[in-house]
Amino acid sequence: MATKLSADVLGNIDHKPPKQGWMDTKPEFLPGTYLYPVNPESLKAIGAPGAREWNPTESDWKLPADWQGTIKAGIKDRLNRFRSFKLFMDICVRCGACADKCHFFIGTGDPKNMPVLRAELLRSVYRQDFTALGKVFKKMAGGRPLTEEVIKEWFYYFFQCTECRRCSLFCPYGIDTAEITIIARELLNLIGCQIDWIGTPVANCNRTGNHLGLQPHTYKENVEYLLDDIEEYAGVRIEPSFNRKGAEILFVTPSGDVFAEPGIFTFMGYLMLFEHIGLDYTWSTYASEGGNFGFFTSHETMRKLNRKMYAEAERLGVKWILGGECGHMWRVVNQYMDTLNGPATFLEKPKSPITGTVFDNAASTKMVHITEFTADLIKNNKLKLDPSRNDHLKVTFHDSCNVARGMGMFEEPRYVLQNVCNNFYEMPPQTTREQTFCCGSGSGLNAGEYLEMRLRGGLPRANAVKAVHEEHGVNMLSCVCAIDRAVFPALMDFWVPGVAVAGVSELVANALVMDGENEREYNLRGEEIPTAGDDDAGEEE
Amino acid sequence: MNVIISLLAVIVLGVIAYVGVEGAGLRVLFGVIIPYAAVLTFFVGMVYRVIDWAKSPVPFRIPTTAGQEKSMPWIKPQPIENPSTRGGAIVRMILEVALFRSLFRNMKLDFRQGPKVRYSSEKFLWLFAILFHYSFLVTLLRHLRFFTDPIPAWVVGLESIDSMFKVEVMTPVIEIGLPALLLSGLVLGGMATLLLVRRLWIPQVRYISLPADYFPLWLIIGIAITGILMRYVIRVDVVGIKELTMGLATLSPALPDGVSGWFFVHLFLVSVLFAYFPFSKLTHMAGVFLSPTRNLVNNSRAVRHVNPWMTEPVKYHTYAAYEDDFRELMVEAGLPVDKELEPEDESADDKGEKE
Repeated sequence: MATKLSADVLGNIDHKPPKQGWMDTKPEFLPGTYLYPVNPESLKAIGAPGAREWNPTESDWKLPADWQGTIKAGIKDRLNRFRSFKLFMDICVRCGACADKCHFFIGTGDPKNMPVLRAELLRSVYRQDFTALGKVFKKMAGGRPLTEEVIKEWFYYFFQCTECRRCSLFCPYGIDTAEITIIARELLNLIGCQIDWIGTPVANCNRTGNHLGLQPHTYKENVEYLLDDIEEYAGVRIEPSFNRKGAEILFVTPSGDVFAEPGIFTFMGYLMLFEHIGLDYTWSTYASEGGNFGFFTSHETMRKLNRKMYAEAERLGVKWILGGECGHMWRVVNQYMDTLNGPATFLEKPKSPITGTVFDNAASTKMVHITEFTADLIKNNKLKLDPSRNDHLKVTFHDSCNVARGMGMFEEPRYVLQNVCNNFYEMPPQTTREQTFCCGSGSGLNAGEYLEMRLRGGLPRANAVKAVHEEHGVNMLSCVCAIDRAVFPALMDFWVPGVAVAGVSELVANALVMDGENEREYNLRGEEIPTAGDDDAGEEE
Repeated sequence: MNVIISLLAVIVLGVIAYVGVEGAGLRVLFGVIIPYAAVLTFFVGMVYRVIDWAKSPVPFRIPTTAGQEKSMPWIKPQPIENPSTRGGAIVRMILEVALFRSLFRNMKLDFRQGPKVRYSSEKFLWLFAILFHYSFLVTLLRHLRFFTDPIPAWVVGLESIDSMFKVEVMTPVIEIGLPALLLSGLVLGGMATLLLVRRLWIPQVRYISLPADYFPLWLIIGIAITGILMRYVIRVDVVGIKELTMGLATLSPALPDGVSGWFFVHLFLVSVLFAYFPFSKLTHMAGVFLSPTRNLVNNSRAVRHVNPWMTEPVKYHTYAAYEDDFRELMVEAGLPVDKELEPEDESADDKGEKE
C-alpha cells in the first residue's frame, strides 16, 4: 500500500476554488482517488441491478438501457418516501457554514468536497427536472441536465463522503449530507454503479454472515487462534461457545475484529471480559457481522442484512443482544434496527446478569453496547482492574462519527478508559465529541486502492492526534469502531508515527486481573509490559 | 457574473414598476392586482410547500446527536443537544429557530503549511444572519401601522423601541432624526449588504453562489433602500399611502392620487419577494421546522417507531439456508447444527425405524 503522497504534498493543499465554474469541471479518475467498480458476481449474488464489467477510467461506462429514466424514477420515488431528502433538496441557502467542516475538503481542497456542493451535484438535477423555477430557468436557477458526465461525477464524489454527518452539526437547518449521499448511492446502485469494497462485502455478509466471507469453521478457527494467544499471554484458557441455543445473551461484533490486527486484540478483550464475569453468552457464525455494509447500498439491503441478528437471537432463544465496538453497526442499531426489523418481542428488556442493571435506553431494540455494559460493570465494582498495566500507554480517544453524531455515546468510553488506564488525554475540543473528525475511510471506503484519498480524508483527525502526541506523548489512539481499527494504523504510520491503535475493550482486558492468570509480562499483542523498574533501567542505558 | 445578473434583474424590476406607474399609469396593476396576487401566491405557495414536505414521511429517526444520550442514570445526559423527550426536542428547536444554535457553533478552518490544521471560532455569519432576520421581523411588524387603524399599541411600542436610538443628521438633502431614525430598516439593509459582501468575499462561498442566492439579497437591499429613501430623503404622501394600504387590508382598494412612483417600486419589489418566496430557497423559513435531524427525539432504542412504507416482510438469507450451505463444514468443526448430516451409508432408514 505504497503511496506517492508525502506530508509536503499535502501541506500545499490549496483551498481556493478554480476559476472555472463547478458545472464545467469534470473529475479526473486518477489512481488513488477513485474506487474500483463492483465485481458483477457480487451484484448478481444479491439480485442487484446493473451487473456488468466496466471501468471508471474508460469513457464508456456501459450504463444500462434507459438509465436516465431509472434515475429519475428513483429520485421521484425517494422524494415521496423520505422527507429528509425532499426538504434537504429545497431549503439549502448555500451559506457555506458546512464548507470547511468536511475532512475530505480539508484534505483535498477540492470544492466539490464542500458538503453544500456535494449536495448540489444531485440538487442541480433535482432542480432542473422536479422544480418549477428549474423547469423554466434551467441553468439560471442552478439546474443542469442529467448526463453520463453527471453520473461519473456522482460516482466520484458520493464515494468520497463517509456519511460522517459533521457538516450536519453546523448546518442551520440540520441538512445532513449523509442523507443525501445515502440516497445518491441508492440511485447509483439502481444502475449498477457500485464500488467493490461495498458490493462484495454485502454479498459475503448475506451468504456467510460476515464481510470477508469467512465460512463457519474458519470463523471458529480464527477465534481459536486468539484463545491460544490469550492463554500464552495471560495464562487463562477460555472456552467460548458458538451458535449455542439457550445462552442468555447473543454477542455480535463486526467481523473485522476476528481476523486482523489490531481488531483481534479487541476481540480477545471481549473474550477475557466475558470470562472474567462468567457471562452466559454465545457467538454466532451465522450473524457474525455487526457492521452493516447494506447501509452503504440501500435501506432495503441494510434491512436484509440487519434482519439476521434478530433471526439468530430468536433461533438461539437468547434473552437479549450485546453488541461489540463498531461505528456503523451502532448507527444502524440506534437509528434503524427496531424500525426495520422490530418489534423483537421474543427478546426481553436487557438486564445485566452481573449487576442487575436494566438498560431502559435499549428497552425496544433489546440491544446493549459493550461499552455501556462495561461502564456499568466498572461502576458497580464488578471488575478487578489494575490500570498500572497500561501505564506505558498514553491514551487518547477517537469518538467515531456514528457513535457520536448518530447516537450520542460520549461519556461511557471515557469513563471506562479512565478506569483502565492512568494516562488519558483529550484531543483538542474542536475535534472531539460531537465535533469529532472522521477517520476518513468509513462507509465502505477503506479499500487499498483508495489510500491516497483516505490519507487526505484522515488528515484532520491525524492532526488532532499529532497535537496530543507532541504535547503529552500520546502513543495510543483508542476507539470503539472496527473501521477505525482497520484504517487508523496506516493513517497513523503516515501522519503520526509512533501512535498505535486499540479498541477500548483491549485496554480493559490488559488491566483485567483474572482468576488463575499468570504474572502478566506480556500484553495481548505479545509485547512486553514495561514495569516501572524497567523504565528506569531503560532510561539509564 | 451571477451577482451582476441578479442585480440587473432587480433594477429591471424597479424600472418596470416606476415606468409602469409614472409612465403608463398602471396604478391599479401595481397598486392592487400585483400585491394581492403576490400575497396570495405567498400564502398558497407556502402552505402547498409545507403540505408537500409533510406528505413525505419520516421513515427513520435520524436526529443529529450533539451531546450525551440518555443512558444510565449516573451518566449526565444533555437533554437539549441530544433530546430523549419531546420537551427536549422542542427546546432544541426553539434554540435553533430563535437563536440559530447550530450556526452559533460555527468554526473556521485555519490551514497552514506543514500541514497544520487549526480551528477558530467564527461568529460573523451567525451575527449577520441573526441581525438580518430579526431586523426583517421588526421591519415587517412595524409596517402593520400601515395596515391597521387604530394602530395597535404594541406596534407603536415596537416602533418607539426601534427608534430609541436617535441620530440627527441635518443637511440640505438628508434630514435624519426627523422623523426618528428606525434602526431595523438600516440594520436590515446593512446586514443584507454584509451577507452579500460575504458571499463575494469568501472564494468558496462565491464559488457555490447561484443567481438564486444573490437575487433575494439584491431584492431585499432594493426594498430597504426604497423604504429608507421614502422615509428620510424623498418626500412621499404618507397619508395617501396609508389610504392605499388600508384599502388593501380592508379589501376595498383605493388609489389616491399623488402617491410617488417610488412607493410603487417599493411595493412591487416587496410583491416580487412575496411571490418568489415559495419557489425558492427562502422556504427555509418554514422548512427548518420540519428538519428531521433537529426536531426528532433520539429514543429509537427505547421506543419503537414505525416506517409507513417498509411493511412487507424482508427476504433475507435464513439460518436454514446458511446451514444447508455449510452443514458438513460445521459438523466437522464441532459447531452445533439444527439438522444432522445425512449419513452416507444409507443407515438412516434403519435409524428411523428404531425410533
